[in-house]
Amino acid sequence: MVDVPYDGIAGTVVPPAEVPDVELYHPKSWLTRYVFSQDAKIIAIQYSLTASAIGLVALVLSWLMRLQLGFPGTFSFIDANQYLQFITMHGMIMVIYLLTALFLGGFGNYLIPLMVGARDMVFPYVNMLSYWVYLLAVLVLASTFFVPGGPTGAGWTLYPPQAILSGTPGQDWGIVLMLASLILFIIGFTMGGLNYVVTVLQARTRGMTLMRLPLTVWGIFTATVMALLAFPALFVGSVMLLLDRLLGTSFFMPALVEMGQLSKYGGGSPLLFQHLFWFFGHPEVYIVALPAFGIVSDLISTHARKNIFGYRMMVWAIVAIGALSFVVWAHHMYVSGMYPYFGYFFATTTLIIAIPTAIKVYNWVLTLWRGDIHLTVPMLFALGFIITFVNGGLTGLFLGNVVVDVPLSDTMFVVAHFHMVMGVAPIMVVLGAIYHWYPKVTGRMLNAGLGKFHFWVTFLGAYLIFFPMHYLGLLGVPRRYFELGDAAFIPPSAHSLNAFITVVALTVGFAQMTFLFNLVWSLFEGEPSGGNPWRATSLEWQTPETPPGHGNWGKELPIVYRWAYDYSVPGAAQDFIPQNQPPATTGAVQGAAS
Amino acid sequence: MAETVLTNTAQGAGRLPGWRGIAADWASDQRAFKNVSWGKAMMWIFLLSDTFIFSCFLLSYMTARMSTTVPWPNPSEVFALNIGGKHIPLILIAIMTFILISSSGTMAMAVNFGYRRDRVRTAILMLVTAAFGATFVGMQAFEWTKLIMEGVRPWGNPWGAAQFGSSFFMITGFHGTHVTIGVIFLIAIARKVWRGDFDVERRGFFTSRKGYYEIVEIMGLYWHFVDLVWVFIFAFFYLW
Repeated sequence: MVDVPYDGIAGTVVPPAEVPDVELYHPKSWLTRYVFSQDAKIIAIQYSLTASAIGLVALVLSWLMRLQLGFPGTFSFIDANQYLQFITMHGMIMVIYLLTALFLGGFGNYLIPLMVGARDMVFPYVNMLSYWVYLLAVLVLASTFFVPGGPTGAGWTLYPPQAILSGTPGQDWGIVLMLASLILFIIGFTMGGLNYVVTVLQARTRGMTLMRLPLTVWGIFTATVMALLAFPALFVGSVMLLLDRLLGTSFFMPALVEMGQLSKYGGGSPLLFQHLFWFFGHPEVYIVALPAFGIVSDLISTHARKNIFGYRMMVWAIVAIGALSFVVWAHHMYVSGMYPYFGYFFATTTLIIAIPTAIKVYNWVLTLWRGDIHLTVPMLFALGFIITFVNGGLTGLFLGNVVVDVPLSDTMFVVAHFHMVMGVAPIMVVLGAIYHWYPKVTGRMLNAGLGKFHFWVTFLGAYLIFFPMHYLGLLGVPRRYFELGDAAFIPPSAHSLNAFITVVALTVGFAQMTFLFNLVWSLFEGEPSGGNPWRATSLEWQTPETPPGHGNWGKELPIVYRWAYDYSVPGAAQDFIPQNQPPATTGAVQGAAS
Repeated sequence: MAETVLTNTAQGAGRLPGWRGIAADWASDQRAFKNVSWGKAMMWIFLLSDTFIFSCFLLSYMTARMSTTVPWPNPSEVFALNIGGKHIPLILIAIMTFILISSSGTMAMAVNFGYRRDRVRTAILMLVTAAFGATFVGMQAFEWTKLIMEGVRPWGNPWGAAQFGSSFFMITGFHGTHVTIGVIFLIAIARKVWRGDFDVERRGFFTSRKGYYEIVEIMGLYWHFVDLVWVFIFAFFYLW
């Protein structure tokens, strides 16, 4: 037995358990079971609900912005200051408090222990703290709507010096609470993130090598590692900006004249903040994108009943994208003033990322190739993701080049680009993933008819909203402007296009309510799903109970014999073979191994 | 979990050659790092993340120092003390550094005695480590007081670039916070060792997980890290 080569994928030997089964924390009351819960599945639901709630606030903010942009001067309750505050809060909430928290805290918590065959995260108590610190961060952020001066209007990038000067709305309280909230978020995330990483690395079940993990876990794992290395830069930037604002230090503040008077600041470097911010900010794009890549790979493979094409390549592409994303940050700073050869360097690294990304796209398409494609709701969203991501990625190639970026910088083109690539595309995956895993979480299916309506409105609507924005950007329409006024280079058609976008955006926004309705209605009235409605292979569908009980696996941990993609295997009885199903001949081998 | 089992897994002998072997090794069954417990793995990864925080602080400070147009105060002068009529540059920092590095020695001995299940010696050495740490923080408080008395503020100082005070208070403050947290945990864990919690594998109050002597080593990892960071702060802030 010892001499059997073991390559991680095809090996049939199941080694003995290296770590004794852990004793779980057993809740004794309703409070410790459902509120201060140490069960990753409950924590995941808490994370998801909190993130979705604050995400809805950001959605409403986007409606208010669109109302102002589409029909300037019509709505007296939106003034220029508020418009800037809406932009800032919308961006910050969507990127950090919704997407990061939902993918890592929500999907990560739910799926990692189930997919790797663990009973829970390695340190459930720390995991629980992670959620409560996150909730505190969200509450501090939300409180800025109610403090004197309102939330900060500095833009989600919070660039100093303007972020803390008196011209910017929210200079009194908003910016201070925003920075405090970010610091809290990072502390909370770190506690959760360490759990996710260690669980994947050290707490897998017998037979689960890293190269047998579903790509979902690979995506979330790599994104978490990146977050643990990228958030420190934001942490440091936030602390220093907070000191600049509160103690009057001048880390980021140059000498300048404020309201006709020489300010107390001097000698600091605004560019330093931009470097710190984007050293976090660019990996952040992939912190959101990599879990989406992973999840969409699994959705496509499951719903096309075909193994993922080029699994190893997919894994290495995820890791390569993660590594490369740490050396591209200054492509956000081409117009900030930079030594030209640095721009050359960062443009090169940026474009190199297109290679692993393109590999992934080709592999998704090749997985679909001659697959037994079921156009279920999760599949529709997965297909929508591929198309949207390719579109957003292509405009990324434009913006990665210095000479193309400089004229397009700070126009609606940039807004359209990042909304396509890291707004709509990951949200497509989030929605598809909810349709996919909702049966496992609740034991009931979401309504497919409503789901298809939801998909088509969202998908087509997103294109109607963001495609015209590219054109507006090419015209030179700037972003973050409260009103366009009578600039000669902006034709009347641009104004009517803006009105059109607003109407579509409101429609798509309200259409999301059908999804919320579906979530609640199906909880009580949905068709019972059984344990494995999609006939999927990965471990989370093989739990003895649905929804999985405390400890996930009943008495015995599952043993893994194969990778997660044995779909439509020739000669097999069914068109899928679960990861924990032993090979036909392995009875003896298993006995010998254990 | 924590009790590490010395196992070489079955696939050991039949490894693949070359890079595929290395990849298979890392990706191997159940655990990527064999014989590393969850707690130790978690502490290492946390320290990696914390390294990035301190690196960002130090790089930001270096940026400020290199780009300032006004003179940077001379640390040798600023941190000099008059002892017995003699003017000795950096003497306080030298003593602080010596104390902190000595505390790493006592910590390492505590870890050793912990694995020998020598309850009393482990607890005493951990308390000595905590005392060294507290002394370090106390001397830092003395240094802060001295500078504040001389007019150094986060937003300015009598000798030159305002960023000197800003960086000094921020970086030493952040490091001092780490040391303080370390001292608190050293005392808490020393108490558990003294009480014999790790001999009877008593469960934690919050986590309800069993306690093992390995916790002393995990504590040690953190403590050595805090010392190591100080060496970099010492080199980049005081000796530059």
